[in-house]
Amino acid sequence: MSNMLELEDLKKYYALTGGLLRRQVGAVKAVDGISLSVRKGETFGLVGESGCGKTTLAKTTLRLLTPNSGNIFLDVPDDVKERIRTLQKEKKGGQELRRLRGQWDLGVFRGRRLRNVRRKMQMVYQDPTRSLNPRMLVKDILLEPLAVQNIARGTSALKRVSEILQRVGLTDRHLYRYPHEFSGGQRQRVAIARALITTPKLVFLDEPTSSVDVSVRAQLLNLFQELRKEFDLTYLYISHDLSVVECIADRVAVMYLGKMVELAPTVELYKRPLHPYSIALLSAIPVPDPTFKSKRVILTGEVPSPVNPPAGCRFHPRCENAMQVCQTQEPKLIDIGNDHLVACHLFNK
Amino acid sequence: MTEDAFLRIKDLDLRFYTYEGTVEALDDIQMFIKDGETLGVVGETGCGKSVTGFSELNLIPPPGKIEGGKILLRQDDKWVNLLRQRDAYLRTVRGKDISMIFQDPKSALNPVYTVRQQISEAILHHRLEELCMKLLQDSKAATESLKQGNLGEKEKAKLAENVLSNREKRMLERMIEDPGSFMVRAASKIPVLNRFKRRFDREVKKEVVRMLKDMRIPDPDRVAEMYPHELSGGMAQRAVIAMALSCNPRLLIADEPTTNLDVTVQFQILTLMKDLKKKYGMTVQYITHDMGVVAEMCDRVAVMYAGNVVELAEVVEIFKNPLHPYTKALLECIPRPGTEFKSIEGFVPSLISPPKGCRFNDRCPYAMDQCVRTKPAFVTPRKDHFVLCHLYAGESR
Repeated sequence: MSNMLELEDLKKYYALTGGLLRRQVGAVKAVDGISLSVRKGETFGLVGESGCGKTTLAKTTLRLLTPNSGNIFLDVPDDVKERIRTLQKEKKGGQELRRLRGQWDLGVFRGRRLRNVRRKMQMVYQDPTRSLNPRMLVKDILLEPLAVQNIARGTSALKRVSEILQRVGLTDRHLYRYPHEFSGGQRQRVAIARALITTPKLVFLDEPTSSVDVSVRAQLLNLFQELRKEFDLTYLYISHDLSVVECIADRVAVMYLGKMVELAPTVELYKRPLHPYSIALLSAIPVPDPTFKSKRVILTGEVPSPVNPPAGCRFHPRCENAMQVCQTQEPKLIDIGNDHLVACHLFNK
Repeated sequence: MTEDAFLRIKDLDLRFYTYEGTVEALDDIQMFIKDGETLGVVGETGCGKSVTGFSELNLIPPPGKIEGGKILLRQDDKWVNLLRQRDAYLRTVRGKDISMIFQDPKSALNPVYTVRQQISEAILHHRLEELCMKLLQDSKAATESLKQGNLGEKEKAKLAENVLSNREKRMLERMIEDPGSFMVRAASKIPVLNRFKRRFDREVKKEVVRMLKDMRIPDPDRVAEMYPHELSGGMAQRAVIAMALSCNPRLLIADEPTTNLDVTVQFQILTLMKDLKKKYGMTVQYITHDMGVVAEMCDRVAVMYAGNVVELAEVVEIFKNPLHPYTKALLECIPRPGTEFKSIEGFVPSLISPPKGCRFNDRCPYAMDQCVRTKPAFVTPRKDHFVLCHLYAGESR
């Protein structure tokens, strides 16, 4: 399977300003050097606690935010990626590198090129009440992307709108209504329709089911599965509901304080988590079975501030197995076989 | 229903009178809580879980109105109907007998007061007498041991701090008699004379710090002087729990206390609540929509749907042998890897004009003729297992 999306050492810092001249005095390191690749047609799960940088990562990849450094490759031929990598490693070839990145690296796109590439990727947000404009009719909400992207207009656009509405389980009756007239589940369906109307290849789902009830959640998850098959989509599913991710994702990445600590196929990760943080995170899921007794790992303390994260491994102050080396040296992601990557000194041999 | 109940809700009928119409939020619900147990209340949004909790404290905001039924609380072998009591009596119940933790800790805390000020409010309201007595006793003990002499300088100084002047003693005694008396109120406003409050504040602060320590908050002295915005979500929830537990309530109503928190923090709070329940010997009513949390925390479960309690049984019974069709459907909605996601057909009905008969009839796969016509009665087809469904009519034990 080829890679749909590749991120390389992506960094996004939010500047903190202070003092009389509003100079930069520090930075919130929301995403701090993340490399990952999403394969064509898979559902890639991204989990972690609030404030660990999941949403920032998604927004940076979509280029709603500009990354501080790093490459974003969306559907780029392998030889081009290879060329850019070698040029960056050798730190030369300024002219050629700039030309290549301008043409292929989403991280530095601007203007029309950026708008065109955005057609291929869309996002569904957490809370549809806030992501849908309350003053716009559903019809207008769905027509807007078509107009912006110059895909269709007039009757053909309207036809497209009613097609997509039907596909997500709504009807033409809903066209002339405002978002507040819908229930939570239906509203999220409108948001999904809006994301899919530009026929994207890659869809970011940012906790799409966290604001709806259990029974509606199942309906939405089924819809996601159907749509993925029908439109040949690739999903990047962000969630803190770990039991949903277990059911929907093919591979899962665990994030902690702006770093990726573990990446593995879902079954592998849930059966055999390796990083101490993943172990604690997974053991904290409440199991819907009253007779089930598990060994729980309680994490003590709080997540440190991402303004000055701990040196070395960012998890070491809360880690049971912390060693001397953890305090000074940052662990690298290592492949331990079975497509399982982990960033921990325990597995560094 | 049963004899070992601690709080019983009988035929509670709650309505909200809105412009769109009358919302029948609770439709003659039946429920009881046993002494010392954790009762889970589960259901989807808008099914009436939270308003049941509010009703127990008689805190229904307008336009809501309780139209009928009883909420009986056992007070020394007598049953007191909370809905028929005066406000003055209810104020002694709220916080002291029944206390509540709200869903969102950030909005439950007042942003302009420190954690200490907010927790001490409940303590001052309910435990004034006890604290005055303690201060007087400490003072008495200190004077006596000072008289005996043969103490080091440091110990002497320490004890001297506890000694009260005569005026302070008189003031405290008066406060025990009548905290709202003119003398006390006047004296607490006049400088110099209001020094007795200082000692009092110190005592209350000690109590607050002790509570925060019980909540496993690191560095409780510092946290006590913080404002809510300085706390993380988990910390704020701990502060709210400390506030709810500061007067040793007999019943704690926890309204989705971990919904907005991360799983690891949720797990910390759940463990804490379990330990505190053991330590304080409380009864807990745990309102949630997460079946995982129910399995983790509860002894018995009440399942609610559209303003009805549809099933009430022990937690293992509910998971292993659910009787009501809605409970069955709800349990099937839990995602399990490798299987397709199941959902419940149809929508939750509007409570302005709910379906006649059983409120689940339009979504129920087993619906019969009489489900549309008559409202089912609470039956017990198995021991200690109550269900609101026509399917089991006549199987009552």
